[in-house]
Amino acid sequence: MSETLLEVEDLHTRFATREGTVHAVEGVSFSVDRGEIVGVVGESGSGKSVTARSLIRLEDPGYIERGSVRFDGIEMTDADDRTIRRVRGDGMAMVFQDPMETLNPVFSIGEQIVESIKVHESPEKQGLLDYLNVPLFSSRGKRSQMRQRAIDLMSEVGIPHPETRVSAYPHEFSGGMRQRAMLAIALAREPDLLVADEPTTALDVTIQAEILQRIRDLNEELDMAVLMITHDLGVVAELCDKVVVMYGGQVMEEGPVEDVLTNPKHPYTESLLGCMPQTCARGEPLNVIEGRVPSMVGEPTGCPFASRCWCSSESCTSGELPTEQVGDDHTSRCHHVEELSESMEAEQ
Amino acid sequence: MLLVLVGVSILTFLLLFLTPGDPAETILRQQMGGRTPSLEAIEQFRQSEGLNRPIPIQYVDWVTDVLQGNLRESYYQETPVSTLIINRIPATLELAVAGMAVALTIAIPTGIISAVHKGKAPDYLSQFAALVGVSMPNFWLGYILIIVFSLQLGLFPVAGVGGLESLVLPAITLGSGMAAIVTRLVRSSMLEVLDEEYIDTARSKGLRERIVIYKHALRNALIPVVTIVGLQFGYLLNGAVIVEIVFQRPGLGALLIDAIFARDYPVVQGLVLVIAVIFVLTNFAVDLTYRYIDPRISFGGESA
Repeated sequence: MSETLLEVEDLHTRFATREGTVHAVEGVSFSVDRGEIVGVVGESGSGKSVTARSLIRLEDPGYIERGSVRFDGIEMTDADDRTIRRVRGDGMAMVFQDPMETLNPVFSIGEQIVESIKVHESPEKQGLLDYLNVPLFSSRGKRSQMRQRAIDLMSEVGIPHPETRVSAYPHEFSGGMRQRAMLAIALAREPDLLVADEPTTALDVTIQAEILQRIRDLNEELDMAVLMITHDLGVVAELCDKVVVMYGGQVMEEGPVEDVLTNPKHPYTESLLGCMPQTCARGEPLNVIEGRVPSMVGEPTGCPFASRCWCSSESCTSGELPTEQVGDDHTSRCHHVEELSESMEAEQ
Repeated sequence: MLLVLVGVSILTFLLLFLTPGDPAETILRQQMGGRTPSLEAIEQFRQSEGLNRPIPIQYVDWVTDVLQGNLRESYYQETPVSTLIINRIPATLELAVAGMAVALTIAIPTGIISAVHKGKAPDYLSQFAALVGVSMPNFWLGYILIIVFSLQLGLFPVAGVGGLESLVLPAITLGSGMAAIVTRLVRSSMLEVLDEEYIDTARSKGLRERIVIYKHALRNALIPVVTIVGLQFGYLLNGAVIVEIVFQRPGLGALLIDAIFARDYPVVQGLVLVIAVIFVLTNFAVDLTYRYIDPRISFGGESA
């Protein structure tokens, strides 16, 4: 049994809006072991990004209502700023979705990586003048040393000609290169866990494959755990050890990737798999899940998927969701797990 | 850039001829101690100054002179306009730069604090102060400051030039209005930048909030501010006209007002041209500053 690195329990993240309280994350629990790659899948608006941001405490303007996020023994939900900064600089790094927006346009790539190295080396000593590179307040020798490390990191993530590209600015990089630069910024902190929030969604498929490969290599070489947020079941199948299926801010199903993808125990997972274009015969219309993602405003009642589910019943519209053990480490949160397995067996 | 200067000079030339009053008559009347000049004298003055020729010809004549470095002589003082301007420029530039310094020292920190504490007491306070600053006319604030600090407390001289003491009150008067505008600009620009994704990236690195704000956010927030501040420098020269009169500072503003009232055409034209040149040069300086703070802007054929 490997060691648990991240443990999320009953996490509730909310947003106060004019229309009412948005329950973006409603009681999410899962865990990530050291060196493990865990996927979180779900449609847009299922709360997966908010979950990811809550882990590293970037949930603002939302707030964590209750629940716990325990990272390497540190309780993140009530940690002070200093502790949160230390975890960010040393333990948990995040790569965001859109690399066009996530790099600061006015600083060179090298500078942004060097900053990350600096934080990692001395998270407590962060002088403003030092970070502004004011002469006398920042050591030049140390700077060129860090620059060299930045170049190494850039070649590690597959940026060609890092010696010249290190002084380039984000606008001189393509989307794929920017995402690699983001990856280098994250790696500079030698994280134990990389939280990747749809890192390849904004990129085209060939680049996507390269970046995913790179993440997998880093996972193996550095024994770095990865939490992969995605809406693409293909990415999950290719990369992850374990998958958490989210819908309406709640976990629907969780288990080893093999099990969940070949033998789903939740109607939502099944619908999602049915929507993959590969499952559809040529010339046939693509499968869709009828209906829309429910509004997350107000207190949720019952199963969020009930309104779109083919096997929903009276019991689905109210009360707590059960957590059914359906296999080794495989759980489904559905009232109709048994009927579902029977119908699937009948199909086969 | 040159086009702007040509346009400005043509416009002032035309405007002068549209204003009521005959320069020849006004000037001669003054020279003769208020008596009405004879028709011959007026005619002769027009002849000697070239005022009876068609306006386009007069303009071309003037431009030809200007291009040869000759801004002509004042109708009254028998001194070259260039000398007049050069004598007056230091006082005005000193005032404009000091006003700008006052404005920026107030505006940038206030704007940042206001944005960071959006919707809380410091924000409301600075917003209110900015509103007061914008609404307060320059000349009125100038007189209030004179009454309080010069007449009652005796801290600063009432008027005149020379030394830092005499610059303090005019600079505050001139800078306060601009400070108010720039504060609001810094605030809104900062708020916009703080919503950007790269700010979250900076935070996710484990950077201190101070570094996130003063390094990552401020640098980006200053880009639009630099544009407006550059443009405002031109208006600052404008404001200087009023402030110079309130504080009786012998600067370009005072010179311009006197020249307009006296229909001293060469002085007005020369001054407007010089002010336009300063305006254009400031804008050029702003463009250069851009390149420094925003690497996305490059001049020439560099490929992006």
